[in-house]
Amino acid sequence: MKILSINEWLLSFMPAGAASITEMVLIALIYLTVFAVLGLYLVLLERKVAAWFQLRLGPNRVGYKGMFQTLADALKLVSKELTGTVKADKFLYNLAPYFVIITALMALSVFPFTENLQAFDINIGLFFLIAISSIGVIGILLGGWGSNNKFALIGAMRSGVQTISYELSVGLSLLTMVILTGSLQLSEIIEVQKNGWLIVQGHIPAMIAFMIYMISGTAETNRAPFDMVEAESELGAGYHTEYSGMKFAYFFLAEFINMFIIAAIATTVFFGGWLSPFGITESIPFMGIFWFLAKTFVLVFLMMWFRWTFPRLRVDQLLTLEWKYLLPINLVNLVLMAVIVWLNITIQF
Amino acid sequence: METATLNNTSPKSNFKSEEYFINMGPQHPATHGVLRLLLTIDGEIIKKVEPDLGYIHRSIEKMCEKDSYQQIVHLTDRMDYLSSHINNEAVCLAVENALELEVPERVQVIRTILGELTRLSSHMLWWGVMGMDVGALTTYFYGFRDREMINDIFEETCGARLTMNYNIPGGLMHDIHPNFVKRVKEFIAHFKTKLPEYDRLLTGNVIFQKRTKGVGILSKEDAINFGASGPVARASGYSCDVRKYHPYSALDKVNFKEALDTAGDSFARYTVRIREMWESLSIIEQLIDNIPEGEHKVATNAVIKLPKGDFYQKVETARGELGVYIISTGTKNPHRVKFRSPGLSNLSLLNHIAVGGKIGDLVATMATIDIVVPDIDR
Amino acid sequence: MSYFSEIYDGIKTLLTGMSVTGKYFLNSRKGAITQQYPDNRDTLQMFDRFRGEVVMPHDENNEHSCTGCQKCELACPNGSIEIIWDRVVDEETGKKKKIIDQHIYHLGMCTQCGLCVDACPSDAIKWAQNFENSVYDRTQLTRVLNKPGSKVRAGVEE
Ligand code: SF4
Ligand code: SF4
Repeated sequence: MKILSINEWLLSFMPAGAASITEMVLIALIYLTVFAVLGLYLVLLERKVAAWFQLRLGPNRVGYKGMFQTLADALKLVSKELTGTVKADKFLYNLAPYFVIITALMALSVFPFTENLQAFDINIGLFFLIAISSIGVIGILLGGWGSNNKFALIGAMRSGVQTISYELSVGLSLLTMVILTGSLQLSEIIEVQKNGWLIVQGHIPAMIAFMIYMISGTAETNRAPFDMVEAESELGAGYHTEYSGMKFAYFFLAEFINMFIIAAIATTVFFGGWLSPFGITESIPFMGIFWFLAKTFVLVFLMMWFRWTFPRLRVDQLLTLEWKYLLPINLVNLVLMAVIVWLNITIQF
Repeated sequence: METATLNNTSPKSNFKSEEYFINMGPQHPATHGVLRLLLTIDGEIIKKVEPDLGYIHRSIEKMCEKDSYQQIVHLTDRMDYLSSHINNEAVCLAVENALELEVPERVQVIRTILGELTRLSSHMLWWGVMGMDVGALTTYFYGFRDREMINDIFEETCGARLTMNYNIPGGLMHDIHPNFVKRVKEFIAHFKTKLPEYDRLLTGNVIFQKRTKGVGILSKEDAINFGASGPVARASGYSCDVRKYHPYSALDKVNFKEALDTAGDSFARYTVRIREMWESLSIIEQLIDNIPEGEHKVATNAVIKLPKGDFYQKVETARGELGVYIISTGTKNPHRVKFRSPGLSNLSLLNHIAVGGKIGDLVATMATIDIVVPDIDR
Repeated sequence: MSYFSEIYDGIKTLLTGMSVTGKYFLNSRKGAITQQYPDNRDTLQMFDRFRGEVVMPHDENNEHSCTGCQKCELACPNGSIEIIWDRVVDEETGKKKKIIDQHIYHLGMCTQCGLCVDACPSDAIKWAQNFENSVYDRTQLTRVLNKPGSKVRAGVEE
């Protein structure tokens, strides 16, 4: 409704083509700013949460209780010199961070943050998300390859292995839920959940799918306990060893935005997106944003909790976990879900 | 966990795998200091590990030759800085034995208590770093939280947190602080609730067990051949605790079990250290309530001259057997001092046990060997 | 079957670990173990025996008790103490007596081993508990411990 009105307003003084282009640019700019800031605050949140797990205080110097710490860090990174290795493959080396950050930001465009607040409602929404999120890994591979550093290369190769494997689980666990919704379009997936969130509707298989999704989603974002790609005690900093300044910041920001995306997908697919629990705030407009963010941040917190508790897996154990445990369970789960939908024993309100 | 190896001789395969070098250190998070490891790897699989030492060599042994016997003590703080109190004790015991000096019982008991506290604090730090090396960063802070209490005890009694230099030939520099007993008891009560937490957080964790079980296996024969000592050797079933076999200070008055395991892998080394912490706690508990009254030192000459001859004293530091070998020509300076440091022998077996594993295995193995680089280089 | 029990055990141990960190997270308000240095400068108190820096206490008459016996200089393993001394004729007894001109202490070389303080027969030097010893110029780390114009307290004999 908001977006529609912008459209009409633009059309009032522009030809249709120009209006739609202006509109796209405007929305893209708004999204860019909002999510760059969101990324920064996710970094702050992570640092605070980590501190609380570790009996520390966390950043508390810049601004009230350290509110501007990551903004200051971002300023520092912008003003830093960009260094690189001499024999790096300059083109690929410079291209890599953009791959990562652009795909991360692109994925955000399809989320319905609340009713009608969705930049891009395509009918293959979920598919688009899965596809886009796996392009990011190309950036990591390029970065590791292009920077002419063995540690970076090992990190990049690990990332390739990891993403190829865990893509399957992410895809399959979401597919399990798609059987229930019958649609890939995100707005419709939420529409279906007006009769109860999918994790309730699909009960047992949905919960299994959720667990598998969270595990493989954490792996997709290369976060601990699956941070083989960075593995600071093994590889120094992994694939971004040779990056500095803003280029490093892109990688860093992308990691956090990706985390947000993984949590946002889970919110949309399992926890009813912007729907309020039992419809308690349905009459208030834009409360949907609150519920969406609240649910997403709970899941983000869960991922942080994982990170600050678990040791890291070894690279071959990572593959064992995927191919011997997650994938078979996932396939069985898929069949189970199909049976449940076929026999119509879902829980509906 | 099975490890797949690339078969580069298979006629079907057109791919060939190549070995390459990678430089781990001298500045690398996993080497805990300035140790350089030259790795030959094939993909992720380690083919060879060559430790390259000397980045922190300070020629402590040579410096000892110009120092008096009182002065040597403070240099040993800087070898294995995590067991500095035990290092000091080793030198003092060597000198006292050479002089045939009988130190008061009070001194012996205090030395033992402090020695076990040192061992605990070293193992706590190791536990925190061990978790960090396998990727669980939070353990580091929990380990340090508990270590802080021991550091406070040391600071109050000895005057320093790390380089204590509290032992002098003939006894202790000054008597224990009046708060000492109270603080140690507080610490024991505190740590008894925290040590099970270590287990719940890390030991039981399935990922941690997978990372360490069956990794870096050291057989008993190899442990003996390489001269391994301390928890590394005991995890392979080689009973070698100096505290049991050559008890010094008040260690012959206490009951404790030597922590032994037979698996010889990283997990065994881990559990041996955790059990050692329990044993150390029990040793302290046995002694803390009956510290005998008496003098805190016996007078020695201002200038100590050892009789002609050579003297050897070994102690069990947190890392293993530390030997002090002094050759004296009867003057106020030693003719030659040699320290047999546990870290060097324990590091020497790294290549033997890390080959064939992944990079991640190497890091886990190195963490359980628990090297302190200044101890290796001296 | 062991396949499933393995999964079950795995998840159980993971949850146990999370409960440990989760407990600390919930109690994080009161549990911070870090110190807010330098904000807590005023309240930060080192232990009495803490070895920060060697100082020579002077009383209100600008007198210290160092006789210039050089025992500390001898005890020091790394030459951090230098004593510049002189012999003067004591007016009362007419005997020659050793007095210090300067007791020079190189903080930059000192390893805080405590041997000098232990060796001093007249307790003329002791440990100060300050630990903020950094300076911009390392010549500032060389200190003369006896104050200008000070002299040895009467009655302190070698
Ligand atoms: S503390 Fe040790 S190193 Fe420092 S001046 Fe005294 S004797 Fe020398
Ligand atoms: S400080 Fe003490 S040991 Fe040093 S010269 Fe003075 S009296 Fe002697």
